[in-house]
Amino acid sequence: MDFFNEAHVEAAKDLLYKMADDQLIIGHRNSEWTGLGPILEEDIAFSSMAQDKLGQSEHLYNLLHELGEADADTVAFTRNANQFHSCHFVEYPIGEYDFSLMRHFLFDMAEAIRFEMLVNSSYENLAMIARKFKGEIKYHTMHANTWVKQLAQGNEESKARMQSALNECWPLALGIFEPGKHEDVLKEAGIFEGEEALQAQWLQEVTKLLTDCGLVIPENVTPSYGGRKCEHTDHLQPLLDEMTEVYAIDPSADW
Amino acid sequence: MKSVTSDDIRNFLKEVKDPEIPPISIVDLGIVTGIQVDDENNVDVTLTPTFAGCPALKIMEDMVKERLEKESDLGEITVKTTFETTWTTDLITEEGRKALLKHGLAPPKQNPGYLELDVLSDTPCPYCDSRNTELKSPFGPTLCRSLHYCNNCKQAFEGFKPVG
Repeated sequence: MDFFNEAHVEAAKDLLYKMADDQLIIGHRNSEWTGLGPILEEDIAFSSMAQDKLGQSEHLYNLLHELGEADADTVAFTRNANQFHSCHFVEYPIGEYDFSLMRHFLFDMAEAIRFEMLVNSSYENLAMIARKFKGEIKYHTMHANTWVKQLAQGNEESKARMQSALNECWPLALGIFEPGKHEDVLKEAGIFEGEEALQAQWLQEVTKLLTDCGLVIPENVTPSYGGRKCEHTDHLQPLLDEMTEVYAIDPSADW
Repeated sequence: MKSVTSDDIRNFLKEVKDPEIPPISIVDLGIVTGIQVDDENNVDVTLTPTFAGCPALKIMEDMVKERLEKESDLGEITVKTTFETTWTTDLITEEGRKALLKHGLAPPKQNPGYLELDVLSDTPCPYCDSRNTELKSPFGPTLCRSLHYCNNCKQAFEGFKPVG
């Protein structure tokens, strides 16, 4: 990656960390539905999506390793909450199925657009994996869209639940797009178009689908920022403690 | 030392089967994206993942290495997995599609360039070939499979889902 100067490397690392950490944490949350899904197919769907997210996070951590960070397992399993760059949205507990579904819809739409943008990144190794992830996440957005449409237009209870889940998710979802310190460098180097452009496109897409099925987008909402600066809610550390429990027993074990 | 070609290597690798779908070889699955053999018979094999989260990636690398190490004419063997070539289900060979069908898995449709539910909705039944089928879930027992039901022979079946 000859085109990189130091500033580019720092900016790329920051971008990779937030993407990889988002994937790892949402992957773990999705996996909490394994065995508990409201119907068997949803159990399998959330478990499969968890597997995709974890796999994707590993490949993103591998890119970080190429840029000089520790290896994927060390980075994933030995940091504390105050070293994670994930947004608050992904660390929230799974709650009821309506919350998890709405989060899955809002979050995965943002991911899908992010990967689509990164296909054209000047950072070729990232563009390469974005091309792959883009194909995989289509199944996630297709799944989310189908269920959100169905439940938002179902009976009174399902409509009310989807609206209240949307209200709860909205400030958290806006937190996905918390600007990083390196937005200008990323744009100037052609690595990534930036959070602002991503948010604009995301807003357009989700607004269309949600309003088409009768849901109301919350207004005057303060985004839940801080995650990208490694400031988290109380939900993250217990998740990490659980996720790393087995690893911590013997970090040198070969799996 | 006998000179070895990349076609020879490809033939050896036809004996390496997908650990999750044993009737199909990794060559017919389309994940062997590069084979290079130099004058000293050192071999360099490149694989591409079907899915980023596929747990069989490392196993398949080891299987490739193990198979090639049986050939005494070969020098050093290197196997790596990269995303340089993006795997899509269009890379599955005709022979591979037949192997899937024989295993009771509906082969993926040619990737139409977009993916909506209708792409998966009338997947032909691997048992009776009827198209009167419905998609039950785009997620199945492994990342690469979907769940379907055939209204004609009243049989649940799995499909290998199209990935582009």
